[in-house]
Amino acid sequence: MNVLSLALRYLVARPLAAGLNLLLLSLGLGSITFLLLVSTQIDRAFERDLAGIDVVVGAKGSPMQLILAGVFHIDVPTGNIPLEAVQQLAENPQVAQLIPISLGDTFRGFRIVGTTPAYATHYAATLASGALWSQPMQAVAGAQAAATTGLAVGASFIGSHGLGGTGHAHGDHPYQVTGVLARCGCVLDRLILTATESVWQVHEKSTALDAEDQKIMEAEREVTLALIRYKSPLAAVTFPRLVNTTTEMQAAAPAVEITRLLRMVGVGTEVLRGFAAVLLLTAGLSVFIALWNAVRERRADLAMLRMLGAAPAKVAGLVLCEALLLAVIATALGLAAGHLLTELVGSWLQSERSLPLTGWIWLSAEWWVLALGAGVALLAALFPAVGAYRLDVTTLLNSR
Amino acid sequence: MIRTTQLAYGYQGQAAIRFPDLDLAQAGVLLLQGPSGSGKSTWLALAAGLLRAGGGSMLVAGQDLGLLQGSALDAWRARAIGFLPQKLHLSSALTVQGNLELAQWAAGAAADGEAVRRTLHALGLADLAQRRPDQLSGGQAQRVALARAVLLNPRVILADEPTASLDDTAAGAALQLLGATAHRLQATLVIATHDARVAQALPAAQLCRIGVQSIEPAGVGG
Repeated sequence: MNVLSLALRYLVARPLAAGLNLLLLSLGLGSITFLLLVSTQIDRAFERDLAGIDVVVGAKGSPMQLILAGVFHIDVPTGNIPLEAVQQLAENPQVAQLIPISLGDTFRGFRIVGTTPAYATHYAATLASGALWSQPMQAVAGAQAAATTGLAVGASFIGSHGLGGTGHAHGDHPYQVTGVLARCGCVLDRLILTATESVWQVHEKSTALDAEDQKIMEAEREVTLALIRYKSPLAAVTFPRLVNTTTEMQAAAPAVEITRLLRMVGVGTEVLRGFAAVLLLTAGLSVFIALWNAVRERRADLAMLRMLGAAPAKVAGLVLCEALLLAVIATALGLAAGHLLTELVGSWLQSERSLPLTGWIWLSAEWWVLALGAGVALLAALFPAVGAYRLDVTTLLNSR
Repeated sequence: MIRTTQLAYGYQGQAAIRFPDLDLAQAGVLLLQGPSGSGKSTWLALAAGLLRAGGGSMLVAGQDLGLLQGSALDAWRARAIGFLPQKLHLSSALTVQGNLELAQWAAGAAADGEAVRRTLHALGLADLAQRRPDQLSGGQAQRVALARAVLLNPRVILADEPTASLDDTAAGAALQLLGATAHRLQATLVIATHDARVAQALPAAQLCRIGVQSIEPAGVGG
């Protein structure tokens, strides 16, 4: 027999109280784990996808919508912008790199993005198989898109119009898969990349009334937005103003918009965090009451331990150990529940082709969840343990 | 052995209780008698080192208790004293065997399953090892408490009103077992009681009347 097995037997002897305390502690710790996993992964995804993009230029409208649509591909774009205007921007001396992005079609929910090979290079994407496109109507599938849809090198597919995936199919214009990207953990995983010209080709041919009409369309070609990297950080001061005041387009700084977004989402996160804290506090109180009662009920049993030769610290240690054991089991359950919930939400988001989220990761911050569980339990056990320490053993002789 | 000289103890705000001097040989039997509130429990607490004497000296199992304190006193009690309380305080969370193992754990002794089995066997409890206290009769539970008290072969066994709630037959059996166990271990046996049946069952026991300042052989005092 050791202190651990003894504490366990005392816990098992009171299954209802122990179960309730476990449930409360696990719920509190599970909520905190879930919040930690989700917020960290979303922050990381934003950070990764935003890296190296100083400004996004697109049609006028909500700047946040432009960022969400153009960088994270989780919203519809604000509209299109003339190709000519974008080409002018590319020649601006403050612009180091401009990557055009053309949206409009999807394949089984995965966006088909017309762009240049620079887009893949920007995220340092590597090919798992095949090669990048060399001409229009060739496509390269991101890792998740390929895994979900089964696209492989040599396969062909037909995009459907619109970003909702419910539009008509461009039946006459199949894409040919020339490559599949290796998983990069970035937004490219859930995209299908092709040449900008492919998007023009599909839409011009499917909507042009005749050859004359097509020529007009070619002259008025558009892209959806442009991702721009500055030559110097100083451009952040003048470039957006230049775009916003002298063109029909808008320039949105991703860093500013995402900070704004996280601040808005942050209120919700804070509420959830507060809720988890209340749960933990309740759990702590419950553990306290349970242990306090246990020490009161077992006063004579604990005194008997002293009579049998146990030092006061040993008896108090037993009470603390009971709380600690409860905390360890609750932390394990809470962590498991938090990860499971994150994985479930992640699977749902994946089916929605949205942000990547998984329960199969371990963050170093999760050690703090263990520390928190142990801290709450030990704090709750402190007074009962002191009570056990100061126990008057002679009460044993007076109990009849 | 137990030897006390001018032993006294005072509860706060009350007059000190003065105990009669006594000299009990190792393996002797002592009956502590006296009415309720006379100080029998206090004497047991002093002998177990749970209270410190307010005056005089007390030698128990060759140890001057005035010289021990803190964890040394706890360790001494674990080895030297076997205590059979009136209310048995068997842990309901543990089996009979578990309650005996608990005594080893509390004393800081190494787990010794063989000693537990041997003690249970000696007290006719071998078949009850896996039962819980609430599955035992009153007599069985008392035997388990006695097994717990003698598991570590104490030099002194202190029993607090061991026959209080027993009928004549059960009381006789309990005292017989208590006496036989103490004799087998060559332990000094002290029984605090106000039950006249105890003195009759143990005629050779030395009597110590608390509250009336006298020590006499059981046959004389009655």
